[in-house]
Amino acid sequence: MPRPGFVLDVDRSTPPMLFWHGERFSLERLPADRSRVVYPAEPHPGLRDVRAEIRRAIAEPLDSEPLSELLRPDMKLTICFDDVSLSLPKMRRPDVRQLIVEAVLTEAAAAGVDDVHLIAALGLHRRMHDHELRHVLGDRVVDSFASSGHLYQHDAEDHENLTVIGTTDHGEVVEINRRVAESDLVVYANVNQVAMDGGWKSLVTGVASYRCLSHHHNPQSLENTRSLMDRHHSALHHSIWRMGSVLRDHGPRVFQIETTINTDAFPSPFDFLSKREWEWTARDRASYFATSKSLDRTPTRISRRIFHSIKAPYAVTGVNAGFTETVHERTLAEVYRQHVVEVEGQTDILTMGIPFICPYNPDSVMNPILVMCMGLGYMFNMYRGRPLVREGGVIIMTHPTYREFDPAHHPSYIDFFDEVLADTTDPHEMSVKWERKYAEDEWYRHLYRTQNAYHGVHPFYAWYWGAHGRAWASRVIIVGGHPDTVRRLGFTPASTMTDAFELASDVVGPRPTITHLHVPSVLVADVR
Amino acid sequence: MKALRILDRDRRFAASRLGSVLGSPNARGRGPLSLDTSAHHQAPTSEWQELEVMLSGICGSDLALIEGRASAYFDPWVTMPFIPGHEVLARTAEGHRVVIDPVLGHQCRGLPVPDDVTAAADGHDYSHMVAGHLEPGIQAGFCCSAGGGWAERMWAHPSQIHFVPESFTDEQAVLIEPVAGAVHAALIALRSRDEAPLLSVIGLGTIGISTVAALRHFRPDARIVAAGRYPHQLEAARQVGADVVTRFDGLARALRRLTGTAMIGPDTGGGADSTLDCVGSGDTLRTSIGTTRPRGRVVAVGMPAEVTVDLAPLWHRETELVGAYTYGTEDVAGVRRHSFEHAIDVISSFPSPWLLSATYPLDRHRDALAHAATAGRRGAFKIAFDLREEN
Repeated sequence: MPRPGFVLDVDRSTPPMLFWHGERFSLERLPADRSRVVYPAEPHPGLRDVRAEIRRAIAEPLDSEPLSELLRPDMKLTICFDDVSLSLPKMRRPDVRQLIVEAVLTEAAAAGVDDVHLIAALGLHRRMHDHELRHVLGDRVVDSFASSGHLYQHDAEDHENLTVIGTTDHGEVVEINRRVAESDLVVYANVNQVAMDGGWKSLVTGVASYRCLSHHHNPQSLENTRSLMDRHHSALHHSIWRMGSVLRDHGPRVFQIETTINTDAFPSPFDFLSKREWEWTARDRASYFATSKSLDRTPTRISRRIFHSIKAPYAVTGVNAGFTETVHERTLAEVYRQHVVEVEGQTDILTMGIPFICPYNPDSVMNPILVMCMGLGYMFNMYRGRPLVREGGVIIMTHPTYREFDPAHHPSYIDFFDEVLADTTDPHEMSVKWERKYAEDEWYRHLYRTQNAYHGVHPFYAWYWGAHGRAWASRVIIVGGHPDTVRRLGFTPASTMTDAFELASDVVGPRPTITHLHVPSVLVADVR
Repeated sequence: MKALRILDRDRRFAASRLGSVLGSPNARGRGPLSLDTSAHHQAPTSEWQELEVMLSGICGSDLALIEGRASAYFDPWVTMPFIPGHEVLARTAEGHRVVIDPVLGHQCRGLPVPDDVTAAADGHDYSHMVAGHLEPGIQAGFCCSAGGGWAERMWAHPSQIHFVPESFTDEQAVLIEPVAGAVHAALIALRSRDEAPLLSVIGLGTIGISTVAALRHFRPDARIVAAGRYPHQLEAARQVGADVVTRFDGLARALRRLTGTAMIGPDTGGGADSTLDCVGSGDTLRTSIGTTRPRGRVVAVGMPAEVTVDLAPLWHRETELVGAYTYGTEDVAGVRRHSFEHAIDVISSFPSPWLLSATYPLDRHRDALAHAATAGRRGAFKIAFDLREEN
C-alpha cells in the first residue's frame, strides 16, 4: 500500500526542503519548531489492464445504457478529448485518451457508424501541434481522421460553427461548437489529474465560445471559488454546472468517459523529486546534486527542453463512463482518495516552489503571468475547507520569473505584461478596462485560429485564476525572481528565502508559522 | 582666455576612435580635445560681436567627433583646430542674455543672401558653407574661423544672435538650441499629417524628449509613442506629452496595439504615420522603417554615421526617409518664424527643469564629457559647461 500524505513538523534535525525554482531546484532550510511541510501521498498503484477497464466502463456505464446501445449506423457521433494542457508532464505513450478513443471507435465501427468527428476540446487554449495530437491520440487515429478533415480542433471564434443551446436561470448563455450541439451522441475522453477538471467543465469550457466562458471565467467567479479543487464551494463550478444542466436538458446526449491517473510524474533521474527529503538515499542525494549542478550550468532554454521532454510514467487508477454527473462524482472520489491530506489549521506563511510548467505552457516558456497563475491560481487553491495560509498572511514562491515569453504561443501575454499590468494588477479593473480589447483583437484572433496561439483573452483568464489567492494574501513574495518583473506583477522580490522571511515579518510578525506545500506531486490539503 | 580645442592630430583621433570602439572610458582623455588656458581668438570681421559664454551644452554630435565616431562625410565641411560648443547661452557687452544660431550661413560669411534664404540653414544649396571669408565649417563649434561655446568668450555674427526672454532661467535658455532642432524635426514629421497622427519617437535623450515635447506642442491631437532605454527617460517622455512609453524592444508591440495591425516578424503590418529616430543607429533606423506604416515617413533626427541597414522594407513599404538638420525658418499655418522662437514656446509650455541635469567648469571637461557620454545610464539628460563663475 502506498503511504498516505502527511504533515511533517520541522525540527532541528529536519533536512532542507526541496523547492522548485523554475527549471532549477534549491534546497531551503525552514525555521524549526514553527514550520511544517505538507507531503502528498505516494503514487497509488495503477490498473493492471487499462484497455480492459475502458471496455468494462463503456459496457457497464453509470446511469446510462452501454455505449454499444447508443450507437446506430445513421447517427452523428462526435468524440471530444482533453487537449495538451493535460497531463503535466505529458504521459508516456500510449496516452489514456488514445486508448479511450480507440475503444470508442471500435464500438462505433461494430455498430456501423461512419459519421464520426474527433474534436480537440481546447476552449481558448492554443491549437495543438501535429506531434501533440499524435502523442494524445496515436498515429493510427490521426492518420485515419486528420486527412479527411474529421479530426480537428475546436475554434471558439468560428461563429458560423457555434450555436446557442440555451440560457441558465442566471442568464448564462450556453454557446458551444455546432457539430457537438447537433450530434446524436457526444463521447468525451477525459484525463483527470486534479479535482478541478472533468464533469461538465469538459464540454462547457472545452467546446465553448468566449461569450459562454466569460460567464464564469471572470474575477467575480474566481474570487469566490473556495477552492478550484472543491467544486461544491466554487463559484466557477456552480456556473459550469448550471450550464451543464442546460446541456443535459437541451443539448446532445453526452457519454462521459473519465480517467484518473496517479501521481507518479517523474522518471529517473528525477525520481528523487517525489521522495521525502529525509528518506533520500545516497543515490538520491547524488542525483540531486548532479542534476542541480548541471542545471545551474545549463542555459535555461536547454533546461526547459530537457524538462519538457520528460514523459511521465503515470499509471491509470480509474476509469468511469456514463452520465456526466454520476461519472464525475466517482472520479472526484478517486482523485480525493489519492490527493487529500488532512491538515490542522492555517499558518501565517505559505511557501511553494514554482516548477517549469503549468497547464498553459507545455513545450513553452513559463512566462511571468503563468508564474502568478501557477502559484496563486493552482497551488494556492490546492485545498478544501480553508486555505493553508491565513487570510492576510504571506505567500512566498520561488521562481526566476524571467521576463521571457513565447511569441508563438503567448502573443497576447506579451502585450498584457507590457500594457495591462503596467496599468493595473487588479483583476476587476482590468476586466472592465482592457479585457474586451484583447478578446476582440483581430491579430490575436488570427493567431488563435490559424497558428498555435492562446486566445487574446487568455492572459486575463490566467490572471483571474489567481484572483482568490491575490485577494487572500496581504503580500506575495517571489524568491530569486527578476526584481522588475516581480514588481510588475505587483509582488515583492527577495534574493533569498531568509530575506523573504524578513520581508514577511513586516506583515506577520517576527516568528510566523509556516507551511511548505511540497511539490511535486499533487495534493489537496483538507484544512480544518 | 580658457578654451577647449579640438586639435588636428590624426593620431589622437585614431586613439580616440580605437578607445571608443573598445568602450574605453579614457577614450575621450586620449582624444583630440585639450584645454588651452591662454587661447586667443580673432573676430572674423568687425561685424562680429564678442560674447561672454555663460552655459554651453554638450551635444551628441560633439561627443561623436571627440570619440572619432563622426562620419567622414564631414571631413571637408569642418576645419581644425576649432573650439567646439554650439549650444550656447552668452551675454553681450550690453549685458543682454542671448543664444546663438550656430549655423554659419551666407551673412556670417559675407556672401549675398539668396531670395529663398531667411535663416542661416535655409535654402537649397550648401556651397556657401565652404566659401566666403570664413574657413569651411557648418556651424560655430566646427570651424576654425568662428569660435565655439566651450570657451570663456566667443564671437558671433549679429545674424546668429537671438535674445532670451526675461522670464527664462539660464538653465532653460541653454536648451533653446537643442529644442529648436527638435522643433525642426517635429515639423518635418508633421508635414501633410492632417488627421490626429500616430507618431513614434525612438531614443529619449535630450533631443528625443525635446522632440516629444515639440510634437505635443504642435499637435495636441496626436498619439505619441516614445521608446527609450532607461526608466527616467520613459518617465520624462510621459511628462512632456507621450501617450505611450515603452522600452525600445517593446515599440513594435506598442504600435501594434495602438493600430490593431499584425506583427509580421519583428515589424508591424501598419504602424506609425511618422517615426522620429533620435538615435541614428542601424538598429533604430531599421526599426523605424519596419514600424512605420507603408508610405509613412521616417525622420532621422539623431546624427547617423555609417550604418548598415537592410533597405528592403523601405523599398517595399515606400517609406519616405528624411533627415532633420538643425533649424531654420518654419512655416506653421502660414506663419513664418525661426525655429528658435518656436523652441521658446515649447520650453515655456513644458517646464522641465530636470532636462539640464548637471554642469561642470571647463577644468573638469573630462568628467563632463564622461558624464555626457553615459548620461542615460546615469539618469541624466543634458550636460553643460558652466562658465558663469569664470567670466
